[in-house]
Amino acid sequence: MMDQLLQLLNTNARMEPEKIAVMLGTTREEVERRIAEYEDLGVIRGYKPLLDYEKIDTQYVEAVIELRVTPKKDFGFEEIAHKISGYHEVDSVYLMSGGYDLHVQVVGKTFKDVALFVAQRLAPLDGVVSTATHFVLSRYKDRGVIMNPRTGDERGNISF
Amino acid sequence: MDLENMLSRRTVSLKPSGIRKFFNVANEMEGVIALGVGEPDFKTPYSVRQAGIENLQQGKTSYSANAGLIDLRRAICDYLQRKFLLEYDKNTEVVVTVGGSEAIDLAIRAFVNPGDEVLIPEPSFVCYAPIVTLTSGVPVTIETREEDHFRLTPEQLEAAITPRTKMLILPYPNNPTGAVMRREHLEAIAEVLRRHDIVVLSDEIYAELTYNGHHTSIASLPGMKERTIVVNGFSKTFAMTGWRLGYAAGPAAAIKQMTKIHQYAIMCAPTTSQYAAIEALDHCEENICQMREEYDRRRRFVVDAFNKMGLHTFEPEGAFYVFPCIKNTGMGSEEFCEKLLYGKKVAVVPGNAFGDSGEGYIRVSYSYSVQHLTAALKRIREFLSELPGYHL
Repeated sequence: MMDQLLQLLNTNARMEPEKIAVMLGTTREEVERRIAEYEDLGVIRGYKPLLDYEKIDTQYVEAVIELRVTPKKDFGFEEIAHKISGYHEVDSVYLMSGGYDLHVQVVGKTFKDVALFVAQRLAPLDGVVSTATHFVLSRYKDRGVIMNPRTGDERGNISF
Repeated sequence: MDLENMLSRRTVSLKPSGIRKFFNVANEMEGVIALGVGEPDFKTPYSVRQAGIENLQQGKTSYSANAGLIDLRRAICDYLQRKFLLEYDKNTEVVVTVGGSEAIDLAIRAFVNPGDEVLIPEPSFVCYAPIVTLTSGVPVTIETREEDHFRLTPEQLEAAITPRTKMLILPYPNNPTGAVMRREHLEAIAEVLRRHDIVVLSDEIYAELTYNGHHTSIASLPGMKERTIVVNGFSKTFAMTGWRLGYAAGPAAAIKQMTKIHQYAIMCAPTTSQYAAIEALDHCEENICQMREEYDRRRRFVVDAFNKMGLHTFEPEGAFYVFPCIKNTGMGSEEFCEKLLYGKKVAVVPGNAFGDSGEGYIRVSYSYSVQHLTAALKRIREFLSELPGYHL
């Protein structure tokens, strides 16, 4: 099972070290030391807010691109995965099992932006056999957080 | 016809709880940040829900044996052996019930004759005394104290025993105080009991939610199994409150009588729930560990927060409640809870809802997310800071 400190940070990366210390029965200094250690080791790679883009007045489009790739001798998928990761439009790149090889998440301002990026940048890459682009229309849950929770506790407010 | 006059006098005489009114108000109020419920915020583990669904789909919708599915009784016996070193025979020493509550009812009805006294440590869950009364028994309250960590002491027990004493209820880990009885405390109690003919009804529904160590069942102590009915269930351990499933384990002669009552009143516990429960017992150890860890973190957080607010809170080592003392606010439990509800829309339960000895305390449930707890605690802090003469 995952370290309790990481579990807590995974639910709220901004939780105060004092509070974490109380919950884990340790000191604030110890919590800070371990977080720093995780950062040094690269276990913790960063902290970002989980944004609800529907509530932000900005143009934002996200798409998932299924990429089929011919792996290169000796390099496998590494080389092309790194190359794709280098584009600032690309949010994440995963190697997948199943019907396609690389799962590429691309963000842009408009549908056209993303479509052009796929057509002009991804599709022509050496080794890319095919692309299939799927636009995200609505986000119900993201990184474990339900975006528009239905309010109300079915347990009521009070009971024995 | 004067229907009121037709009703059972004994039933009508059951103490009408004044607290009910407060409960109704609290449950109907909108926008409340509640810390009031007595059930887990987790969902039943997915595989358990799935097991229920699969058995429904296969059409397993008939009655089970009165005492419960034999495979479930097998799983219960395995579990009790594995967890608490208790050995029971699945054929004769276990009955599956509609929640732990029914098991409590059966045990009391199976033993109590008119006039028999039943010892009930308080504060505790509210069902024991009314069931004893309905069975023509006499509930005898023992008030546990904070300085004893709300444990029953052997001295208190000895002092309460009379020639009419039939049964001791042992409700630990305790709702509402969160108190637990460790092995050494149970040994002292067992030592007293062995000298008398008294049966123990050990309500261990919160056994898995024990922190800083493992739960010990009094039935596992030398000479105690023969005089103990262990009550447990799925509601708290596996977050299965709505499935209504519990069980009792004890000597065959007692389980036989309990099963007889169960057969007349209930027939059998819900079959779908029973199939799901087999999955819970056999495969959900990791789920239990995760829930317990999560509760434990919240527990430390909430205890610390109340103490920092100046409300003395003893460290509960079981269940999912804390029991802060509010005597230094100058208010009684009900007044405190009403003002907190109307003033800050935070719902907690007055300690005296669990017996007179709970006066001066409030029960706070931490079966809520940390985010929710944080918001509620902030409001309680504000409430205290606005009390005239209260220094945070």
